[in-house]
Order: sequence, then C-alpha cells, then structure tokens
Amino acid sequence: MEKFQNFTGIVVPLDRANVDTDAIIPKQFLKSIKRSGFGQYLFDEWRYLDHGEPGMDVTQRQLNPDFVLNKPRYQSAQILLGRSNFGCGSSREHAPWALQDYGFKVVIAPSFADIFFNNCFKIGLLPIILENNILDQLFDKVYNTEGYVLNVSLNDQLLITPTEERISFEVDAFRKHCLLNGLDEIGLTLQHAEEIKQFEQRHREQQPWLFL
Amino acid sequence: MMQTLYDKLWNQHVVPTESGGADGMALLYIDRHLVHEVTSPQAFESLKMAGRRPWRLNSILAVADHNVPTTERGGGISDPVSRLQVDTLDKNCDELGITEFKMNDMRQGIVHVIGPEQGATLPGMTVVCGDSHTSTHGALGCLAFGIGTSEVEHVLATQCLLTRKSKSMRVAVEGKLGLGVTAKDIALAVIGQIGTAGGTGYAIEFAGDAIRSLTVEGRMTLCNMAIEAGARAGMVAVDETTIEYIKGRPFAPRGQLWDRAVAHWQTLHSDDDAIFDKTVVLDATNIRPQVTWGTSPEMVTTIDGRVPDPVSINDTVKRQDLEQALKYMGLKPNTPIQSIILDKIFIGSCTNSRIEDLRAAAKVIKGRRIASTIKLALVVPGSGLVKRQAEEEGLDKIFKTAGFEWREPGCSMCLAMNDDRLSKGERCASTSNRNFEGRQGPGGRTHLVSPAMAAAAAIAGHFVDVSQMDVG
Ligand code: SF4
Repeated sequence: MEKFQNFTGIVVPLDRANVDTDAIIPKQFLKSIKRSGFGQYLFDEWRYLDHGEPGMDVTQRQLNPDFVLNKPRYQSAQILLGRSNFGCGSSREHAPWALQDYGFKVVIAPSFADIFFNNCFKIGLLPIILENNILDQLFDKVYNTEGYVLNVSLNDQLLITPTEERISFEVDAFRKHCLLNGLDEIGLTLQHAEEIKQFEQRHREQQPWLFL
Repeated sequence: MMQTLYDKLWNQHVVPTESGGADGMALLYIDRHLVHEVTSPQAFESLKMAGRRPWRLNSILAVADHNVPTTERGGGISDPVSRLQVDTLDKNCDELGITEFKMNDMRQGIVHVIGPEQGATLPGMTVVCGDSHTSTHGALGCLAFGIGTSEVEHVLATQCLLTRKSKSMRVAVEGKLGLGVTAKDIALAVIGQIGTAGGTGYAIEFAGDAIRSLTVEGRMTLCNMAIEAGARAGMVAVDETTIEYIKGRPFAPRGQLWDRAVAHWQTLHSDDDAIFDKTVVLDATNIRPQVTWGTSPEMVTTIDGRVPDPVSINDTVKRQDLEQALKYMGLKPNTPIQSIILDKIFIGSCTNSRIEDLRAAAKVIKGRRIASTIKLALVVPGSGLVKRQAEEEGLDKIFKTAGFEWREPGCSMCLAMNDDRLSKGERCASTSNRNFEGRQGPGGRTHLVSPAMAAAAAIAGHFVDVSQMDVG
C-alpha cells in the first residue's frame, strides 16, 4: 500500500443518499481477476448512456452529460463528497478499487456502510465522516465555486478550505498509522504468528470439532 | 458479567497479543473461511506474489456460484470472462489443495446455502467469506460476516482478521406470525422499521418467540438480510431446533465429539439480563406480507399498501431519493401494490432458495398456471442437493406444469452475472435481497417478496395477498 500523503484536490459533489456498491461498480465488471482497471467503469450506469461491458473501448462510449463526474469543472477530482450510507450493499472491494483507480483519494460522507468503510482503509483510500450540517455547507460551496478544492492533512486530521477554514475529522489511530506509513496489515499480523499458533492449539483442544 | 451471544462468540476468538487489542482492534481467529470465484482471485494472486501460503487449509471451503450458468452445464461456461473467473478459482484450489465443490459436483450451490447444508458452518464458529451475505450463517449461532478481498487474503495468510468489535442490537419479534407471513416478511419489516443504515456498526441478535418458532432455514433468511439493515452480522441463539438441524450433516462432528459439541453449543445464547447497546421490538401479529416498491430494501410496504407520495415528505434529500426511486421503478405515487403488474418472477438466491422456500412456493402454485402475461418465471434451487431433494418430492413437476423454468443451482438472477437477467424496464417479483438500480440487469425493476408471495404473483400476474388465497 502506498503511503497516504497530504494533498490538495478538486472536490466533486455526489448528491445522493445510499449510493450502493452496484452503482459504484456494476457487477459485469466484477468478472475481472485483476485488481486494477476499474476506474473507467466507476459509476458506469450513471456515467455513460450506453450499457457497459468489460473490455469495451470507453473512449467510444456515450457520456451522460448530466452526470456530475462528466462536468468539465470536476475533471481530475480527487475528493468525492457523498451523502449518508455511502457504499451500502455488497462486500466487493472492487468499489473502493474503482474509486481509487479513477483518482479519488478521499470520500467524505455523513455515514458509510461498514464493509465498504473498512475496505477503503485496506487499500489506502480515506473515508471521512463529517456531520450533516458541515457537509451541507461543503455541498453549497462546491456548487457555488468552480474549481473548489480542499487540502487534506491526515496527520493533523484536518480539511482546509480555500478560505483557510479548518474542518477537523476523526480517524481511528491504528488505521491512521497504517495509512500514513503504507503498512501491510498481513505483515503486521504475522508478527503475532506465535501467539496465533498458541491460541489455535488451545482452541483445538477445547473445540476439536472445529478442526475436522 | 452477563454476556450477549455476540460477546461470547467474540471473546472465544480473540487472540491475546502482547499489544493486545490496542485502539480496540482485535486479532480475531477465524474457524471457517468460505471462498467464491468473484472476490478471491486477487487475494490468491497477492498471496502468491508475497510468497505466502494459506495458514490452515481445512478451514477453507470453496465453490463457484455467482458466474455459473443455470442452464445445462455439460458444455461449460460460454462467456469467456465468466469462465476465466471460475477456472481461476478451480486452479487456485487445485494448486493449494483447497476443498472445492466444482461446478458439476452435486454439492455445488450458493456459498451461503451449502455452508450450513454441509455442516461446514457450525454453532460457535467465526465464519467469513468475501461476500456481504455471509451474515446468513449466523442463523446457526455463529459469528459470520462478509469481508473484502484484502481481508480474504489476510485470513488466508494468517487465519485471523484485524477487526473491531461492533455494538450489539437485539431485535425481538414477539408473538405469533399470521397466515402467509414468513421470515422474509419479518426481515423486510425490520428493515422498513430501522432503515438500511439502522444496523450500521451493530451486530444484530434476532430473538423473541416468533424467531424461536422459525425453522433454521427461516432464521437463515432473516440473518441473510441483516446486512440489508446495515449490520455486518446477524445471529440467532442456539436451541434444540439448531442442534436437530446440524445432526448428521457431512462436516458435523459425530459420536463422542458430537456430545461434547452439543454441550458447548447449549451455552451459545445471550445471558438473561445481558445488556445490548440497542433494542428494537416488533409485534409479530402486526407483520403482513411485505413488498418493496423502490430501489432500496427499506422502501417497503405491505401487500395492502400503496406506493408512497413524495409530496408527503418534508426532508429534501429523502424526497429526492423517493422521486428518483419512483422514476426508476416506473411507478406513480399512491398506486396500490396489488395493481402492480409483473413481467418476470425469480425464486432463488441465498435468501430464499432452500427446500422450505421451494415447498412454500410450490404449495401456492400447485394445480395452477402462471399468468399469460408473465414472460419468464424461474426457479433456481440454492444447491444441487436442494434441487435433488425438490425433485424427489416432485416439486419440479409442480413448477414446470405451472409454466416455471426449473434450473441448475447458482446465484442467477439475484445479481445477473450470468445470462439470467431483466431487460430494461422489466418488472420482477424476486425472492432475493437487493432491489438496487440495475441489480437484476440494467434498467430492470425489482420487487422483493417472500417465495409464497412471488408464487402468488406469478399466478395472478400482479401482486396479490397470498394469505387470502386458497392454498393446498
Ligand atoms: S445469491 Fe445473490 S446475494 Fe446471495 S451470494 Fe449470490 S449474488 Fe450474493
């Protein structure tokens, strides 16, 4: 995983609640056995007017001009502003992969679905929870200011607006540590291999039927 | 200290470490790892690239379900992309020595159907799978939840998950269920009440006499949909019904080990007075057959209800959501649910494809024919064994005589990754769990219902109250 660094990025507003993982990356793209290349199909059914299938040449497809990601002012956005229960639905990590592959580094919403939220951290995409009233203000500002950017500092847990307002956010200490240092969780866990083995042995003695 | 069922399952699986659960992160030992073709290839690949091997092979059970065709399989999978994904699973399992039920194995089926069916998921276990509906297995009194692909790799490599304990919620359903009301209706009624985010951050225990009187299969339907209420895990305490269900299944313990296991399983319930972070109570007698009308499972009403009117909603975001949903669903405000006309019927998915589901549907259908306006009515059993059982009972004939197609097991039109799907604008009564936009095919419109309700709708061509029908 790459280290998460401070950055300043364009913000794009996605003003819908309950954006589900089927919408983020429709299932026909889940047939890939790779981890990359999903960005071009992000929000496929909203983003294009024609129906997408894996392997299609996306440059030949018809963009939906009304979809927010297609508006010129939001090109190369790195921060996605969402509404409540973002990422609900399936456990597919393809959803955060697609967001990241598209270029997003941060998703901000008032609430996230558990599995999605968790999956984001595993790949270095930062989900930030903000209160509804702060989000409402952000949505307003983004709509009213072309090229609206936010500066994201994970270290200080701050979003800094172009007018130097500072919005602080919460993040779990362990997850922050992993993101900032680009740590591989498997490596971290394997440092406890001995403890796992001891546990496993005890567990097997107590409940041998679990090991049939 | 009084413990909830969730506390017990959790505590029995936390690996004590020196830095022990700092920041509330725990190393949770995983007993059973279920694997399917969609969310595993990237995990196997990274595992290999890192030069690692699975920690404990006999904890893993693999099966291909999402991409498999439900029509005759002798010729293999025709879609090359689907085929590659299934082949990749086969190859990974063969190389590593992982137990897999291959496509033409009688035991193949939807991962959440075959786990309990085989006794591969047992009370007291921690069960994970790269699939959100892993919550299904909690019906057996185990802690089961869905994980992402990075976590699939983590469990393969370490037999553990680095995770955080959820809050606990008790959903108590008290009283007796009315005629024609099933576990599916309880699930939808609960979601209608608490919302699709109501369970976010919680593990739900379903309790109360209406739950205790459900069969294990009914409990699976309910726990299956815990994720649709936002909860990663749903569970039901172990009782005699659970133990009876497990007895004699292929992976279940036998002899002396069985007795020891049963003694342990009998402790798997919340202590009286255990404290939950949240409690929700529903009166079973008030639950009516449910039908969703929108694009989220919380957009649900009863068979006597009507499609809501956005005008009545003050919250702007909610109103826009509703308008968007009605537009997508092609429905006018205030339309009576019973006047909604259907194009297709799908009976299947990990929510409702077990033998009892098929029996319930067949009972309604017996001696009747599907309406002439129905373009396609599908029954897709959850596993090869469910299919065989149903055929032994003659259910396939009832379905076929009525005009249903009788298919091979798999996920099928639950998410339309194979050829079974809705075309744009088509409307389907489905026993699956998600009615999201495009879930059953781009532009397709899904109404979630119980198997009996789907069967009744197939006969009538529109939704009808199954409790009013003269059934078997
Ligand atoms: S039946 Fe549907 S919900 Fe269940 S595992 Fe398959 S695709 Fe997922």
